[in-house]
Amino acid sequence: MAVSWNKDIDAALNQAKTQHKPLLVDFSAAPA
Amino acid sequence: MAGFINENFIPISVHIKENPAGFHRFDSVWTPTALILDENGKERHRIEGYLPKDEFSAQLLLGVARVAFMQKKWKDAEALYSQILNDYPKSTAAPEAVYWKAVSHYKGTNDHTVLGDVPKILQQKYPDSVWAKKAIPWAS
Repeated sequence: MAVSWNKDIDAALNQAKTQHKPLLVDFSAAPA
Repeated sequence: MAGFINENFIPISVHIKENPAGFHRFDSVWTPTALILDENGKERHRIEGYLPKDEFSAQLLLGVARVAFMQKKWKDAEALYSQILNDYPKSTAAPEAVYWKAVSHYKGTNDHTVLGDVPKILQQKYPDSVWAKKAIPWAS
């Protein structure tokens, strides 16, 4: 199973508010 | 771990080169960094630097527990700190979980006696932890 990462920060913030879930923000510099 | 993340978080991935504005938006200064934000976008936990899988999992639980704690969901917070102690007793998150589990219990019940056992537990299990020192004033 893979993590369903979001790329759009604002959309994810709205989603968190709607779903009452915390957010995990992963900052990386690793090559994709 | 992916299942735990998908189940408990809205996960966001920000690559410093692809989205430098997103990187600086949260005052990030290093990679890897992981933040746990509450549902309103307020930062509740920060993990800077690489951690092995078990340590990272324990830190994620610390973050979720902190979110519950700050929402005054004392029973939920206490249960999450207990989960850290059950699942990752040898992690660096464990002594912090001992401390905050007791505080969560006290906050939820107003029973301060729970704090009195904490210094002994921390001295026995995690004597080198800073949390053992922080609990010293609670010694009964």
